[in-house]
Amino acid sequence: MHISPVLWQFLVKWLHASALFPSEASTIAPYTDALYFFLLLITLIGVVLVGALVFGFSIRYRAARNPVATQVEGSTLLEATWTIIPLALFLVTFVWGALLYFRIYTPPTNSMNIYIVGKQWMWKAEHPGGQHEINALHVPIGRPVQLTMSSQDVFHSFSIPDFRVKREVIPGRYSTVWFEATDAGTYHLFCTQYCGTAHSAMIGDIVAMSPEDYESWTKQSTSGMSLAQNGERLFASMGCNSCHSGNAAARGPNLAGVYGSKLQLANGSQVLVNDAYLRDAILNPSQHVTAGYAPIMPTYQGQVSEDGLIDLVEYIKTLDNNYRVQQTLTTSQSDKVAPTTPGMVKP
Amino acid sequence: MSATTSTIVNLPDQRTATMPKRDYLNNEHGLLSWLFTGDHKRIAILYLISITFFFFLGGIFAGLIRLELLTPQPDLVASDTYNKLFSLHGIIMIFLFLVPSVPATLGNFLIPIMIGAKDLAFPKINLLSWYLFMAGGVLTLTALVTGGVDTGWTFTTPLSTHYLNTNVVTAATGIFIAGFASIFTGLNFIVTIHRMRAPGMTWFRMPLFVWANYAASILMVLGTPVLAISLVLVALERTLGLGVFDPTKGGDPLLFQHLFWFYSHPAVYIMILPGMGVISEVISTFSRKRIFGYTAVAFSSVAIALFGFFVWEHHMFIMGVSNYSALVFSLLTMLVAVPSAIKIFNWAFTLQKGSITFETPMLYAFAFIGLFTIGGMTGVFLGALGMDIHLTETYFIVAHFHYVMVGGMLMAFLGGIHFWWPKMFGRMYPESLSKLSAVTSFIGFNLTFMPQFVLGYLGMPRRYHAYPPEFQVLNVLSTAGATVLGVGFLLPVLYLGWSLKYGAIAGNNPWQATGLEWQIQSPPLTENFTEIPIVTQDAYDYEWLANKTEHEVTTVG
Repeated sequence: MHISPVLWQFLVKWLHASALFPSEASTIAPYTDALYFFLLLITLIGVVLVGALVFGFSIRYRAARNPVATQVEGSTLLEATWTIIPLALFLVTFVWGALLYFRIYTPPTNSMNIYIVGKQWMWKAEHPGGQHEINALHVPIGRPVQLTMSSQDVFHSFSIPDFRVKREVIPGRYSTVWFEATDAGTYHLFCTQYCGTAHSAMIGDIVAMSPEDYESWTKQSTSGMSLAQNGERLFASMGCNSCHSGNAAARGPNLAGVYGSKLQLANGSQVLVNDAYLRDAILNPSQHVTAGYAPIMPTYQGQVSEDGLIDLVEYIKTLDNNYRVQQTLTTSQSDKVAPTTPGMVKP
Repeated sequence: MSATTSTIVNLPDQRTATMPKRDYLNNEHGLLSWLFTGDHKRIAILYLISITFFFFLGGIFAGLIRLELLTPQPDLVASDTYNKLFSLHGIIMIFLFLVPSVPATLGNFLIPIMIGAKDLAFPKINLLSWYLFMAGGVLTLTALVTGGVDTGWTFTTPLSTHYLNTNVVTAATGIFIAGFASIFTGLNFIVTIHRMRAPGMTWFRMPLFVWANYAASILMVLGTPVLAISLVLVALERTLGLGVFDPTKGGDPLLFQHLFWFYSHPAVYIMILPGMGVISEVISTFSRKRIFGYTAVAFSSVAIALFGFFVWEHHMFIMGVSNYSALVFSLLTMLVAVPSAIKIFNWAFTLQKGSITFETPMLYAFAFIGLFTIGGMTGVFLGALGMDIHLTETYFIVAHFHYVMVGGMLMAFLGGIHFWWPKMFGRMYPESLSKLSAVTSFIGFNLTFMPQFVLGYLGMPRRYHAYPPEFQVLNVLSTAGATVLGVGFLLPVLYLGWSLKYGAIAGNNPWQATGLEWQIQSPPLTENFTEIPIVTQDAYDYEWLANKTEHEVTTVG
């Protein structure tokens, strides 16, 4: 990107207008395109060079002009030249590519989180505010968005070409990707990992909106229950709080403030508690026993859906103090129904 | 002896020339003499016929795919059918055509002769390998006619193990069995090259074709068992619910991809290395010049084979592998690109100060150099971590590996078939028609796959039955190119078939080439050599050849 910005804009716009180039609609796109043009350039130079050598020698040394060949053993100097120069170019490419990779796969800390669940053959998006979407994703521009993704069945892959981002969506595991959209508009969402019959129908729209439009969309589209609220109910109804009650004598560790902390496990290792860890700890608790607790938690494999897991994780994230835990406990122990938004049907 | 300056073709006087009275083709007759033969040359012909069949079968599927993609709507076939088409296209082309193509046909035919041996080390295992290949092929065909298979050629779990109702186990068994054909061929080559070289045929006097096949054989022997293991695990998971790849049973679905690519990346080099061997022979012969930097080219084959084993994870950069392991694999991928660059430049400089003529094999070799350069460079795009994120799983990667596999390997295969055709059957193919078909293939190929690079950067995913309408123009170009390419591939079948009976009689050494195979009669005797040659010259020693020819002329005259 060290060429003139005016020239850059002209080049990209012209290519895009000729339908030979995707639009650059995220902050990452110019970085990816810069590497792309660099690689195109060295490819072009390489092909022209090889072409010039082959055609040049073919004309100069064709049998009609050069009836007798001169035998040449080789040349260490030339061998070294065409070992070192390509190697240097490839190493530059390697470093450049690695920097880009870390940029694309390291979300900024201030990014907003949206959950994506892939299944044959649709994309479900779950916003923390309780907006649910199928085969569509509304995002604000000018704000980093992190996607935490999982698959309910087979491998899928979440690809937004105009943002130059893509990440595999894996069964039984969270993967993440982030982007910051720069231009409002509707962009293609593709599943790029072959996933069975309707693979090519597993597509959708990414709608990037101005912050104001996004705000009003958020208000109109909410189901009324945030993910954390759903998670709270699930937490209570599954009886999680009978052990994770936050009491000092409880059989399970206190979950208040656990998200983002470093946890000492019974097997001696230390882990950072993030979405993926929480998900795993619910499904395979025996492998994630907190130090000082007995391995008594049963597995919830097959009992909670991917959406339910997302709700639980979101709920645990909001548990920033003991009081919140107590609130859930009280609510679940009272015989009154949990407080709901008016008009909502209890799940 | 009067070669004109525009051609080196040196045929015997057609009015007096006759085919040899006795050769490997006519010393025994009848189908059984072929089916029970131990002769490496006859087995090569058996392979040639079988893989040609599979090539055109896979080609028909490719044609149907391109026809469907002519329009954005899914209108020619149903989605399931489309998925079966690209799966079978991949499975057949890779396992039943590309992997055996050069090694099992040209390699089988030529390696013993090139090193001065009468046959491969294990003739019966060689025949067994063809039977295994056919058994694998027949099983794959069974999967095809009983409803097909739609896993893609990659058999990705858990899709292949839990979610598809097609003939996954049958197809996987077919590939499993065909894999042993590949292992046996590799083993046979390694032992033959180590143990059966003629007196004086030192390692560094071997033709580069032998070096390239040797490197590929190592990959076959060490890589293929891993493919076999991963396919067995898929079959067990499907039938018995084993759970190695099933996350709900504590398995890891990514493990399958590690195992699969541990074979399937080296498999790319199994396919391309023997092709590179062909190019070395052809370029040297039609430049009348020894290969520039013989040792560099020989060792670059070995380097590719060695590094090729440690780059498999570059197929999985976006799959949530550790960022730091991705760094290592990206770096190694960059390193494996260097030996390929070395080869390209050595071939180019072989032309320098040569005396170049442009017969059909040379045209295919030029096509190879151009297309493989593009294929190789676009591989660097995909090896660069951040770039791979946008490009992987799109048509960019489809275009990339077709440039390497079709533009590279298939061009080399066709070049090799034309080059050694006179040796295999004793008759010349028609020159101008074959030049036409080489040029047609080259143009058709670029028209088919160049637009796919653009489509890939635009983001069109691979294995898509339907696509957004704005991608149509480029897809139409690609389909048009595929039609031209089809003609380019059909022509050789017709004229090569014709030449078996009506081609000009080639004589021992129509190209005036230096390899041992050219110093014996065409087609060769069953035992190749009446007496084992004693090698005193390097490979590509044209002065030795000139002296020898002169000597023969004086003694006969």
